[in-house]
This record gives sequence, structure tokens and C-alpha cells, in this order.
Amino acid sequence: MVQMRRTLPWLGASFFLLLFFFYPLIRILGMGLDWSGLKDGWNQVARLAGMTLWFTFYQAILSTLLTLIAGLPGAYLFAHYDFRGKKLFKSLTAVPFMLPTVVVAAGFNALLGPQGWVNGILMNLFHLDHAPILFMNTLGAILLAHVFYNITIVFRLVGNAWMRLDPQHGQAARMMGAKPWEVYWKVSLPLLRPAIMAAALLVFLFDFTSFGVILLLGGPQFSTLEVEIFIQSVQMLNLPLAALLSIIQILFTLAFSVFYSRVVAKVEVVNKPSSNPMRKVNTWRARLMVAILLILLGSLIILPMVSLPLRSIVRFDPAMGERTLQTASLTLDHYKELFINRNGSLFYVAPIEAVRNSLRYAVLTVLISLVFGFPVASALARPGRLERSLDPFLMLPLGASAVTLGLGYIVSFNQPPLNLLTSPWLVPLAHSTIAMPFVIRSLQPALAAIPDNYREAAAVLGAPPLRAWFAVNWPLVGRATLAAGTFAFTVSLGEFGATSILARPENPTLPLAIYRFLSQPGALNYGQAMAMASLLMLVATVAIMLIERMRLPGSGSF
Amino acid sequence: MKRTLFIAVIIVLFVSACGGNQQRSNTPILTIMTHDSFEISAELVANYEAEHNVKLVFIKSGDTGAALNKAILSKNAPLADVFYGVDNTFLSRALEAGIFESYQSPGLALIPEEMRLDPDNYLLPVDYGDVCINYDKEYFIKNQLRVPQSFEDLIKPEYKGLLVMENPATSSPGLAFLLASISHFGDQNYLDYWGELRDNGMVVVGDWSTAYYTNFSASSGHGPQPLIVSYASSPAAEVIYAETKLSDAPTGSIISAGTCFRQIEFAGILKGTGHRQLAEDFVDFLLGVQFQEDVPMQMFVYPVNPQAELPSEFVKYAQLAEQPASLTPSDIARNRDKWITDWVEVVLH
Repeated sequence: MVQMRRTLPWLGASFFLLLFFFYPLIRILGMGLDWSGLKDGWNQVARLAGMTLWFTFYQAILSTLLTLIAGLPGAYLFAHYDFRGKKLFKSLTAVPFMLPTVVVAAGFNALLGPQGWVNGILMNLFHLDHAPILFMNTLGAILLAHVFYNITIVFRLVGNAWMRLDPQHGQAARMMGAKPWEVYWKVSLPLLRPAIMAAALLVFLFDFTSFGVILLLGGPQFSTLEVEIFIQSVQMLNLPLAALLSIIQILFTLAFSVFYSRVVAKVEVVNKPSSNPMRKVNTWRARLMVAILLILLGSLIILPMVSLPLRSIVRFDPAMGERTLQTASLTLDHYKELFINRNGSLFYVAPIEAVRNSLRYAVLTVLISLVFGFPVASALARPGRLERSLDPFLMLPLGASAVTLGLGYIVSFNQPPLNLLTSPWLVPLAHSTIAMPFVIRSLQPALAAIPDNYREAAAVLGAPPLRAWFAVNWPLVGRATLAAGTFAFTVSLGEFGATSILARPENPTLPLAIYRFLSQPGALNYGQAMAMASLLMLVATVAIMLIERMRLPGSGSF
Repeated sequence: MKRTLFIAVIIVLFVSACGGNQQRSNTPILTIMTHDSFEISAELVANYEAEHNVKLVFIKSGDTGAALNKAILSKNAPLADVFYGVDNTFLSRALEAGIFESYQSPGLALIPEEMRLDPDNYLLPVDYGDVCINYDKEYFIKNQLRVPQSFEDLIKPEYKGLLVMENPATSSPGLAFLLASISHFGDQNYLDYWGELRDNGMVVVGDWSTAYYTNFSASSGHGPQPLIVSYASSPAAEVIYAETKLSDAPTGSIISAGTCFRQIEFAGILKGTGHRQLAEDFVDFLLGVQFQEDVPMQMFVYPVNPQAELPSEFVKYAQLAEQPASLTPSDIARNRDKWITDWVEVVLH
């Protein structure tokens, strides 16, 4: 009986992941398990795999270190200081997380590209002929984009732990004569180590499986496992090699997930409001520090995002001659053009339609992933042996190539009884498998923090069970659910790889619509891509802010 | 209160998601699978549907390679009746996979012999376009530099660092340009050339969009390279999609002999279709004048049917190579992967 109660919550999610993640993946990789296709060049294969693996690790380790270095001061700031606009700023830092790489690449190009704002201003100031900063297609671009994407993980995971750090340790150290920096270095950081490790591992996992950033910002001289899987499966139809690389990537992801769940178990989760009172920024030293940090973080996170909408309302004079800032003028043409179907194309989609498709898929993703993820998260909140052993497998969708998964869907769900290829559920189903790890990870700590005796107390006081649950658990769970939903929502909004293979042409999502404009020549197409991307950013920001407002302070974790 | 509102919004969205286009009717459905770049005018489709009493459904499935792979992987339970968009670099892979049914369309009679690469008519040519180097007119005037005219020109010191191309492993124009070079230098010597081009500062990026909008100097991105591997029709698109009316294209195509690669796109009836007659009608339509005249403005490629008239922008700004490079589809099929791998080895590693 106890056994039944333990396995029940897992049924839904296991069924879901088995059917919509493992089955299509095994189907598509199974097609590659004809090793004769590899025979002609085991040496070459080993060399390719080795080289790719080396670079995958190299860039992931570098990116993770940089993300920590850039993120820790921000985590400190958010954990200790209250200042005007903090909520907005914190929300904005989460927006990159959900932007598709097409948009981020365009943003960086608009900011740091050869004719981006920075180069434009420098060229104007110093009367240069050539852009002084060559940023695109370098390792630096990959690293910066990874920091941009993942820094919010450090803010949230480490920031929350820092906020809940018992201030007495530090005070004791001060009393014994430690200098402030010694307190941070010798007391706070060691206490925060589990949280920092958890954040680092998660960031590492994202960098390890990076795809779009490498392909679009890094250029072809850089190739990670995920990029190579894409090339081999989609371009070369070399399924054996793609399968081999996928298996390598999944094994590594599994290893990191095991490690991650061990580390997370050590992060103490206490749902008490912060034990450190927030400091006001009232001394000049605090003001200076907060200002410097905000400027640095702002230029890292906000500038690439702001440069896109800016670019979308600027037109460069087409007249022959220098293209400088002087020839730029403001225009709303790009936005107006979005509403015009110039060629009378069958596949023209009004921007509002693309927004609606994206929102609809995102909402369905939220529902599906919550329905299946919630029971698992509550089981994980009181982990037994079963939970601990199954836990790492939940993270696996992070390690699978989205494009491969998309192709897996094609071969798996194309005939009855599961003929889903024309179903409006197909895209949300794929998104849900990708979102599931986020949903479970963000629900689990909040659910773990609810003491059973609260509800028991309510029952003792005479509340019927349902009412007790709603009165006691809902206020705590409800907000965590919203937070989890946010993740599912954002994953769906920004997903590109699987969507490009699965979406129907009459129902493109925002990222697909952006990509469509970017794949045709002409200034107007580029401008429309920028306008559409700005629209996506707006939708994402509004969604994040809405949900951030309902979050329980301190319950935000992954 | 706020939360109730939020939940209400979710429910409304959910309901709107579940409802939707569930209309049932007796009109037969013809499904056409194609790649992301496929476009057709809505009017043409509406007329066709009314005339033939059929509903056309298009499935877009990623880029040319991804779409074809999708069709091959699902051959046991085909997802569509007609496939549009196999190009000559993929032709042999498509034919070897055996996913098409032969169809001798009457429309073929008009189509020039050199386009009909599949003698058994499993795949029928529909449109073509040249992958050529585009150049930034202004740059070459300003710097009083002659526009390069050949592969050999590109390795001269005056063109150092001026060319950007796409990785042949991830991009079809990149592959086309690589094939043009192989046709010019031969299977034995092309890699030496690429070594020299690499040493002359050629820039390689992952995809066409990055090359065009980040690296090319005459596009909206105003990048550092005035030479780019793109399409011969791109200059016309620059005029048509200009922000303000242009009197001339800001870019031009280098179309001298042997430097361009001609991509021919094919369509075919997928094996196992339940609508053979409807599929035949549709393929006839693809070869007919109406659709063929729609092709240039929708997809920036040329019609294979010589009776189709070109739009004026095309006549004025788009160029065609007189002697495009050529390789037989079977040559390409046999060596494609090896050529790409070797190229990557020499140029990128």
C-alpha cells in the first residue's frame, strides 16, 4: 500500500516522458544503430567526437566561470539591498532566459556588430573608417552570450540562499576582529558553497548543450556536440554518427544531473522570510556600489536587449556615401510593414497572429507540464529511495538535441493510434518535455518547505481537509506553481529547434516568424525581423513581470 | 482578485486553443510537404482550390535538407502527397531513398532538357536560381577596386579579407559555392585552392542570414565584407524590399563563367499517396504558366517554363549566369559528404 502511494505520483510523468521524450528519441536514434555505417572510419569518428567533446567542455567551463564571476556581485546586491526599480530590474534579468537565439544574435549584432551602436559611436567619435570592435563570430561572442543567458540563474539560486544566510555567523566573525572582506571570503562564501555549486552546475549544463549561440554567434569554426548532432542528423543524414554523439551527450548530461541532485540536496531550503533585513541604500558608499553594479549589470543584460527595439525604429539613409549615424532617421515603417502582406503570400502571418500562436502554445505547455510535473515534484519534496534514483532522469530532456527530438516526433507520431502531426497539441507536447525539468525543479523546494503540521493544526481547529488545504497550502503552493508555470511559459515562448520542424506553416510562432524575415535579403525584411523580435521581447517581459508580482518572496528557486 | 483574473485569462486562452479549425467537409485534401522558404500567393491557391474542388495543405519542415530527411524518415507512412523542394545537390539522395512515384507530366514538354536531371521523372524540375558572389557596389567604386571576376581573382592580395561565405556543412548556398569550385578546379585540386582562399582571409559563418546581415557590407547589417556568397537574385530583392525607393540596386552579382552554381528545385509525387490523380493535377499546375509566373516574386528564383514572363524588377536587377558551373547529381551524391568533411578539415580546423 505504501509502495502504491509512492509510485502513484510518478505514473503520469513517467508515462509522459516515456511516450513523448524517450520513445521518439529511441526511435530516431535506433534508426542510426546500424554501426556498419560507421565502419569506414572509426578513427575519423573518434577524432571528430573527441575534438567536439573537448571544445564542448572548454567553452562550457569558461562560460560557467564567467557567469559566476559576473553573477555573484549581482546576487549579493539583490540579496542585501533595497532600491527603487529593483523589482523591474530583477524581472528584466530573467528575460534573456526565454529569448530565442535568433533574437539574441540579432540583439548582439545591433549592439556590438560591425555597424552596431557601439562601433557606430566609436567610428563617429574618432572618425574611423572601420569598425574598431570585431565581436561577432568569436569565442568571446559565445562566452558573452552564455553569460547573458544564464546569469539570472546565479542571481536567483545564490541570491536566495544569501538572503537566508544567518547573519549571526558574520556578526560573530566581525566581533572577533575579521574585516568585512574576510567575512565574505571566509564565512559567507563557504556557507554559500552548495548554492553556488548548484547554480554552477545548472549553468554548466545549459552551456554544455548550447546550440543556437554556438551556431549563430560563434560561427562554424566552433562546434559543440549539439551542433555536430544537428549537422550529422539534418544536413548529412548520417544517423549512426548522430546517434553516437547523442548517446555521448545524454550520458554526460545524466552524470551531471546525478551530481546536481546530490548538490541540491545539500542546499538547505527553509521557507522563512529573509533573516537578513534588506538594507536601504542611504550612505554614499552604498550608493556608489549599487550604482556601479547596476551600470555594469545593466550594460551586460539590458543593453543588448534595448539595442534591438532601438534598431527596429531606425532607418539608415540608402543614399550612396558614408553610412553613419548622421544618415540615420527614425521610422515606424518596420512595424507598419508587419501588417502588410506585400506579395499576397499564402503564408503571411499578421504579427498579432504569431503572438497568439506563441501564447497559445505557451499556455498549453504550462498546463501539460504542470499536470504531469506537479505530482512528481510533491513526491520529490519528501524523497525516498525511489525518488532519489529516478530524480536525475528528469533532467535528461535538457541534454537532448531539440532538432533530433523534432525528427523523432516525425517518425514516431505519424500513424494511428498516435497520429499527432497535424494536431495543435504537437508543438506544446514537445515544449512540455523540454520544460518539465524546470517545472519540477522550481516546484520541489517550495513543496518541501510546507510543514505538515500547519495543515494538521488547521484540521485540529476544525477545518475540513479540502478547506485546510486551500487555506494553508494554496497560498504557499499557488505562488510556487505560478513560478514553475513561468518557466514552462518561457521555455515554450523561445523554443526554436523542435518548433521549426513541427510547427504548421499557417501557425508559426514568433521565433519562426522572425527567422522567416531574416532569411530574405532587403532592408525592409531586416527591419521587420527587428520589429518582430522587439514584440517578442515585450511579450516576454510583460509575462515575467506579471508572474514575478505573484511570487512568494524567497521561494524562487530552480 | 488579481490571481482570479490571471486564471481567467489562462482558461480563455486554453479554450481558444482547443477550439479552432475543426470544420469538416467532403472536399478532398491534398498535402504538400516543402521547405521553410516555400512561398505562394494566397490568391493562386484559392483559385486552384475552387477550380479543382480540393483543399491544399502545406507542411513546412525546416530547411531543404531537414525537409527531405523528414520525408525520407517517414516514408513508411508518408506525411504528404507531393513534395516540393529537392534541389540538385540532394537529388540523388532523394532518388536513392525511393520515396517518389514517377510521373510523366505533359508540362515537361516545354521544359529545357538541361533542367530535366531525372530521366525517369520521379522528380520534375520546377524552378532554378544561381548561387553567385554578390558585391557591394559602393565599396568597389569608393576604393577604386576592380570587381573580382574569377576564383583565381579571389586569392589575390587586393581582395584579402573581403569575402564572406557560409559553411557548406550547414548551409545550402555555402555548399553550392563549394561545388562550383570543385567543378572549376576538379576533385584533385580544389582543396589547395581553399587553403589559399583561407590564407587570404576568407570569413566563414554558419548560415546565410548571418553572412548577409552581419558580415555583408551592403545589407542592413553593414558588415565588414563587401563580397558574399548569396543568390544572383538578391540584388532584385534589395530593390523590392528597400525601405525607401531605390533607383538602383546597392549590390550586384558576379556572373562570370564558372563562378556560379545553378540550383534546380524539383517536385515529385510521394510514394503511397492516396490521391494520385489530385497529385498529378497539382504537379501539372506547378509546371503551368500561372504558378511559374508567381515563383519569381514569391521565392526569388526563376521559372523553368520558358513561357512564363518575368516581373520587371527581375529583368532589371536580377542576373543569371550564362555558364554556371555544373556537376552531375550522381557525382554530387557519391562525394558530397566527403567533400564537405574535407573542406571543413582544410578551412575550419
